[in-house]
Amino acid sequence: MVGMTTTLDTVARLLTTPLVPQDFIDLVNPLASSTDLRGRIEAIKPETADAATVRIRVGRRWRGHRAGQYVRLGVDVDGVRQWRTYSITSSPRQTSHITVVVKAVADGLVSNHLVHEATAGTLVHLDDAAGDFTLPTPLPDKLLFVTAGSGITPVMGMLRAHRHELGDVVLVHSARSASDVIFGEKLRALARDRVIRLIEHHTSAFQRLTAERITELVPDWKQRDAWACGPGGMLDDLETHYAAAGLGAKLRTERFRAAAIPTGDGGSVTFTRSGVTTETGSGATLLTAGEGAGVLMPSGCRMGVCFGCVVPLRSGAVRDVRNGDLTSANPGDGVLVQTCISVAAGSCELDI
Amino acid sequence: MNSISDENLGKDLDAIRQQVLDTRGERDATYIRRVINAQRTLEASSRIVLLFSLFPPAWLAGTTGLSLAKILENMEIGHNVLHGQWDWMRDPKIHSTAWEWDNASPSEQWKHAHNEEHHTYTNVIGRDGDLGYGIMRVDEEQPWHPFHLGQPLWNLVNAFMFQYGIAAYDLKLGKNLKNKERRNDPQFRARVRATARKVRTQATRDYVVHPLASGPSAPATLAANVTANVIRNLWTHSVIMCGHFPEGVETFAYDSIEGETRGQWYLRQMIGSANISGSHFMHLMTGNLSFQIEHHLFPDLPSNRYQEIAPQVRAVFKKYGLTYTSGPLVRQIASAWRKVIRLSLPNDGKISSAGAAERSVAAVAS
Repeated sequence: MVGMTTTLDTVARLLTTPLVPQDFIDLVNPLASSTDLRGRIEAIKPETADAATVRIRVGRRWRGHRAGQYVRLGVDVDGVRQWRTYSITSSPRQTSHITVVVKAVADGLVSNHLVHEATAGTLVHLDDAAGDFTLPTPLPDKLLFVTAGSGITPVMGMLRAHRHELGDVVLVHSARSASDVIFGEKLRALARDRVIRLIEHHTSAFQRLTAERITELVPDWKQRDAWACGPGGMLDDLETHYAAAGLGAKLRTERFRAAAIPTGDGGSVTFTRSGVTTETGSGATLLTAGEGAGVLMPSGCRMGVCFGCVVPLRSGAVRDVRNGDLTSANPGDGVLVQTCISVAAGSCELDI
Repeated sequence: MNSISDENLGKDLDAIRQQVLDTRGERDATYIRRVINAQRTLEASSRIVLLFSLFPPAWLAGTTGLSLAKILENMEIGHNVLHGQWDWMRDPKIHSTAWEWDNASPSEQWKHAHNEEHHTYTNVIGRDGDLGYGIMRVDEEQPWHPFHLGQPLWNLVNAFMFQYGIAAYDLKLGKNLKNKERRNDPQFRARVRATARKVRTQATRDYVVHPLASGPSAPATLAANVTANVIRNLWTHSVIMCGHFPEGVETFAYDSIEGETRGQWYLRQMIGSANISGSHFMHLMTGNLSFQIEHHLFPDLPSNRYQEIAPQVRAVFKKYGLTYTSGPLVRQIASAWRKVIRLSLPNDGKISSAGAAERSVAAVAS
């Protein structure tokens, strides 16, 4: 049977070379792919004025997720594929679709597109779910969640997944106002049903949420296993507080990566595979910098025409010397850049 | 060549390029995906129709469809994707580093010979191998050799088997088979193996697997595939001849590009290329190489934009008093062929045996 399948596969490949049979199946149903993980947006539902739940039907290649994990989503914005990471808010029991919550941030290319412009039916690309901000089995008896803003999203996934198994759960959530609370209605309903104890903290009325304030609000915090997700400042504060009490192991945090990439003129360029880092000024192209540092750089016309010198940019930003255009990459990306006409704009990493 | 301000010329053309970059987006992405999907649908349906190629109408429809699909695949899709015109979409499926095309020459080798050598050294005698592909004399300044007497015939043969001609050219077969050292160079041998593998899988697909799948229609399907490949070869050969060979296109001496500025490079592309005028369908089938001038100025801009910027490029030609060479397909093909035939003879038209080559070399040097 295996031999039969292999023979059929070989014949199918011979019929379609230099393409593969999957390329033709993709014409009819891109979600059926067994090699490329894709999804289709089924619905976009507003949660607050600037946040929306995006419901995505996942393709055949989806391997499922654990509550609290995140997924990298590739979305074509104005023709360019952009990858961003979002926590999955749906329960792992749902295997045909997932939901993520996207909050539109100022100048956020992808978040604004998803919240305000994208429509149902749009094809998106996914990576496997990842992350270890998850609950253990068996569940601890007493839990504390501390979340702020969109930091509620992985916790919502956990609450949904474990709704019927939860013991004593306290959720302290910080948002600007009551109407800014993502999943506000759902969380208040869970509190009414006594699934969780919900403590809302509104920064429009009070100071921002500090670790000290949390310990006042939850007097038995030392007995609770804690999961926290929100801005870096809040998490730093919590970590210091827990460490000072000798309870560092009781706290797990999830940090959302800053999207802003610092840019400048020149900068240090790291050639990751070669294990070389070199400082560059604003005049040296990535190609000449690499060659100067002894890296075996691919090269061609040296004038931006032939695309023979492209190398993946793993992180940081580079500038096109011809027109000053910036190209940036977040860790996990591999944006191919032409090294012969690009200079470092701040420190960056090239995958060569 | 230096009589006009090449600095201003460079700025004018950079502005046109920037204007396209600033508006490049979803519309363009939709365009290329639509072309790719249409091409694949056409190819798949034509091949299905050819399973019944025993029936003449099926043979005719299938062969026509397959020929068109192969032309689209090579021209509007393959050539342009391999130029990196769509790299900006960051779609790994439509990217110059990942694309493999339906052509005997493997993408990697073609990109080197075409993108790097031809597009950088366009029409520079002795540097741009595309100038006559090393087997023809297409410029008065190229030295004449009795071998060139046969070039109308070489050109015709090359037209019929153009994809193999390109593969051989990309391998620099002539040069690399010359001596033992080159022949045994491991890199050359690896490239020969890669090409041989590609030729073999493509031939197996077109001449074995698809005919066998057609059962009783096998011989007719085989004939259909041969026909489609020949039509594609003839068409691509004609279009590509029109790009740089017609009368009015200029060539440049070997040393003329030393210390060339960006403006001078632009100028060389402008007067070293020729366009083809015609219908929207014709432009599509040439992969927009009918806008060869625009393509050579901006090889990495999306092909669907060449037509849009052509009036602006034309205005730049006018501003600097340059001739924008363009003409209908048939006229340009005839012009290129006339040149191939005329230059098969020495410049003075007399075959006076030895001495001719030397005279031509002297002409280049002077």
